[in-house]
Amino acid sequence: MKNYYDIVVVGGGPAGTVAARFAAERGMSVLILEKDRDIGYPVRCGEAISHAGVAEFIDPDPAFISSTISKFAFIAPDGTEVVIPLEEKGYILERRIFDYELAKKAADKGAEILTRAYVNGLIIDSGRVCGVKYEFRGEQKEIRCKIVIAADGVESRVGRWAGIKTYTDFRDMECCVQMTVANITDRDRDTCYFYFGEKFAPQGYFWIFPKSNGAANIGLGVSGKVGKKRPAISFLNDFMEKKYPESAVLTSIAGGVPSVTTLEKISAPGIIIVGDAARQVNPLSGGGIASGMIGGSIGGRIAAESILAGDEKHLLTYDKAWNERLGKRHEIFDRIKNGIYYFTDEKFNAIAHSFSKIEYEKRTIGNLFKTALLNHPSLLIDIARVFLVR
Amino acid sequence: MLLIEILPDKCDFCGCCVGVCPEDAIELKEAEISIIESLCTNCSKCIWACPIEVIKFDIEKYKKAKNEKLL
Repeated sequence: MKNYYDIVVVGGGPAGTVAARFAAERGMSVLILEKDRDIGYPVRCGEAISHAGVAEFIDPDPAFISSTISKFAFIAPDGTEVVIPLEEKGYILERRIFDYELAKKAADKGAEILTRAYVNGLIIDSGRVCGVKYEFRGEQKEIRCKIVIAADGVESRVGRWAGIKTYTDFRDMECCVQMTVANITDRDRDTCYFYFGEKFAPQGYFWIFPKSNGAANIGLGVSGKVGKKRPAISFLNDFMEKKYPESAVLTSIAGGVPSVTTLEKISAPGIIIVGDAARQVNPLSGGGIASGMIGGSIGGRIAAESILAGDEKHLLTYDKAWNERLGKRHEIFDRIKNGIYYFTDEKFNAIAHSFSKIEYEKRTIGNLFKTALLNHPSLLIDIARVFLVR
Repeated sequence: MLLIEILPDKCDFCGCCVGVCPEDAIELKEAEISIIESLCTNCSKCIWACPIEVIKFDIEKYKKAKNEKLL
C-alpha cells in the first residue's frame, strides 16, 4: 500500500469499482476501501439488468449470469397477466460473482483494494477534501489523496461530511425485502414477473425473477410512506405463506433503493459521488446496477482528467455530464413513477384488460404505456397533474 | 434523550435507515449498527423505512421521561 493516492474510492460495489477502473486506466493511482470482508457480499439486490447495461462494462459471462430473460409478465391486482416479449434480452445476475469480476477488472488496471476498511471521516483542508479517515481491523488510520470518490451506497455518509445532503426522504425510499427460494417450478425460466396493487406492494411492485436451477429471487419494495403503516417483510411473508408455504429459502435480505432523481449536487472540491450514494438509480424500475456503473465510469474518467490537467474546476463538470447521459431521463422516469404510485387497483386492472387485446407480436413496453394512455384518457390527466405539480 | 432502539439480533445491516436519517445519526459497519445519541432527534423516519421492523420507539421510556418532566 502506498502512503498517497491520486484517488481513493469509498465502496467496492459496481459504481465504485467501475469508477476505479476508469481512473486507473488513465494512469491514476487508485485505492478502493470496502467496509465489508468481501467484495460482492452480502448481496442486496434483485439482480436484474439489461444486456446493454452489462455489456458496456464487462463481457456477459455464464460465470455471473444466473439466467437469461426474454419476457416480462405484468400481473394486475385481479390476476390478469400481460406478457411482453423484450426487444433486448436481459439477465438475472449472480451479484456475488459479478461484483468480484468487476473488482478484478479494476485491479487489472492497477487499482488496489482493501476490504474490512470502514471509512468514518474525511480529511478536509481549507474547504477541500483531501483524504479519508478509516478503521481497519480495529485500528484508526488515514490516507491522503487528490480526489475522493464516494461510492458508499444507499447508506452514504461520506458526501454529507463534505457538506452535500445525501440522505433520501423516507417517502422516496423503496424499502425492499427479498428471498432467494429454491424449486420455484411454476414459473417460466425466461420471464421476470411483476405484480402490482394494494395486496402485493402499494407504491412499489412485487417481483419474481428466475435464477439458475429452478431458484428465484422473490421480493418487493414499498415506499417508506407505506412502510410506516406496514413493513415490507409482512407483504413477503403473506405471499410466501400462500404461494410457497414449504419452501427452501437460500438467502433472505433487506435493502433500500433511493427511487428518486439524482442529488442536486454530486461534486464538491476534491470529491464526487457515484452510484446509489448519488441516487443514480432508475426511479421507475428501481434498477441501479447499470446506472451506477455509468455514473462510476463518468466520475472515474472526469476525476482522472481533472488530475491530469491540474484543473480542479473540471471535476465540477461531472454533474453536467451525468445529467446529459442519464440524470435528465431519470427526472422523467421519476414523474411517471409518481403517477403510477397513486394508481388504484381498478386502474391497473383496466390497463391490463386493454393491453391483453393487443397481439403478442406487437407488444412492447412502449406500447404498454401507449395503450394505457389511449384507452384510459383519464391517465393523461393523472400524468399531466404529476408533471404540473413537480 | 434517545428513544429509538435498533434490535441488533434482528437487524440485517441493510442501511435503509442510514439512507433516510436526516441527522446522520446512524453508524453502520459490516455487521454492527448504532445510533449516535448526540445527533438523534427521535424523528422516527428510520423506524418507518426499516423493511423488516427491527427499529423500535421506546414508548415506556418516553412516558416515564414525560412524567418526570425530562422531555
